[in-house]
Amino acid sequence: MTAQRRTTIIAGACLAVSLTACVLLQHRLDQIRPESTIEDVLYIDSPKVVKRASLGFDGLMACMYWTRTVQYFGHRHYELSHTYNELAPLLEITTALDPHLMPPYQFGASFLAPAPPNGAGQPDRAIKLMEYGIEHNPDNWHLYYDLAFVYYTELKDYKKASEIFDRGSRVPDAHPFLKVMAAQTAQHAGDYTTARLLWSATFDTAREKQIRQNALEHLRAIQVDEDVSHLQAAVTRFGERTGRLPSSISELCTTEHLPGVPVDPDGNAYTMTPEGRILVENPDNFPFASKGLPPGYKRSGLPKFHTKL
Amino acid sequence: MSARILHIARNTFREAVRDRVLYNLIAFALLLSGAAIFVGQISIDIERLVVVNLGLTAVSLFGVVIAIFIGIGLVSKEIDKRTLYTVLSRPVRRWEFIVGKFFGLAGTLVVNAFFMAIGVFGALLYVAHKFSKPDALILVALYFIILEFLIICSLALLFSSFSSPLLSAVFAFSLFVIGSFADDLRGFARMAHGFMRWIATGAAYLVPNFSTLNVISAVAHQQPLSAQLVLQNTLYALFYATMALSGAVLIFERRNLK
Repeated sequence: MTAQRRTTIIAGACLAVSLTACVLLQHRLDQIRPESTIEDVLYIDSPKVVKRASLGFDGLMACMYWTRTVQYFGHRHYELSHTYNELAPLLEITTALDPHLMPPYQFGASFLAPAPPNGAGQPDRAIKLMEYGIEHNPDNWHLYYDLAFVYYTELKDYKKASEIFDRGSRVPDAHPFLKVMAAQTAQHAGDYTTARLLWSATFDTAREKQIRQNALEHLRAIQVDEDVSHLQAAVTRFGERTGRLPSSISELCTTEHLPGVPVDPDGNAYTMTPEGRILVENPDNFPFASKGLPPGYKRSGLPKFHTKL
Repeated sequence: MSARILHIARNTFREAVRDRVLYNLIAFALLLSGAAIFVGQISIDIERLVVVNLGLTAVSLFGVVIAIFIGIGLVSKEIDKRTLYTVLSRPVRRWEFIVGKFFGLAGTLVVNAFFMAIGVFGALLYVAHKFSKPDALILVALYFIILEFLIICSLALLFSSFSSPLLSAVFAFSLFVIGSFADDLRGFARMAHGFMRWIATGAAYLVPNFSTLNVISAVAHQQPLSAQLVLQNTLYALFYATMALSGAVLIFERRNLK
């Protein structure tokens, strides 16, 4: 064996062993310091400084910050965290870097506004973000829709929601349903029909799969809430008329002239407790339903989407 | 263009290729294909934007780095290797040497940018599955990036004509950074008063305005660009490069090479 060949073999073996050792050690280090990969820290929280530091390549920097925002939210959401301290600053930096980047506004509103653990519980920051978006993209009707949505669903400020829908309806090429929504929210705010109209519009107009799936889950939840409300009202009427509770849901349906035992969106019949409480069979399948849940029911883990698009 | 300039330009190009400058295309291809494949999985709804932003930013930054690091050595390397004396002992004027070097480096960068552009369009096709009419705007952004290269090449040559390679790199890179803040510099000049206003205004107009040549964000959002901008930017870049190149020629003509 020549000296050169010997050196090649030894150096090659050293390289392979060192590389394997580095990978294994890195793996061990990640296990020792699991929190080190995603930190709840923003070293630079000034959008202006980040914009200057990007040396004019702010479009790419915005994409990087948006990806970081998605990762941050996803990580905290997965951990069922109740604090999202860096979410609003991350979204503000992203939109300051590129005010025409739409996903941070559209997803940002739904990340920021809902109460934890579904969101950061910061509807005021969501509104600020959306207003900033509208200021820089005044002809994008989607932004008005998303802003009105925050007012409607999170703040229950139906008058303001109606105003925003109306503002959006005047944008050139705005979807005609904004006009309908403006009138509907003004007259029938808070009812199931309006809520269904809102989520249906979201489902029909959104391009992103996640938003459409979220809308579909809300539509299923509205169906459950409405069904349970009607059945619970029927139980009350039955009690007032007969002085007792119905012995079964079948008796309730017969005496109240309901067309068969009603079923939830999954096709499972609603049940009734001996105390006359209407329940949905699998509450975990309706993560956004507020009615038909067993007493003391707590959601196990993250809301799971049970429908496939 | 005289045949002598063409010969020097061709040799400069060959030398750059021999120096494995085009190897950066491999890094570029890995970067872009990685982004095209993985961004969709770790982010939401920005696949196309990332490909355009990352692709054009990489074309620009790779080119600027190559322009600076090759440009600063174009003159000093020839002096160190004493090949400059061989060239100048022939019927080649000093200004022809500088201009030839400029075209050779610019040609290298154009070829480099051409291959990178193919990569950008390939990645775009991968994520969007088809091209749309506004995608043609990417060509305008690439054209502006090439104009940017012309300015950087001329500046690198200017510094290289009187300074050491290290200092030339520092000067050229500093001007690139300052030029990226050209709009802010003008804003600062407007806010300043008295003598400072004169100084700031002078500096703002003297440094190259790279921010006007950066339309990457606008192109990523498929925003239209006016023909006036294309024309004015072209003229600006040509005049600026000519100015810096003239400076390089003036200095090099008077430089004592003994």
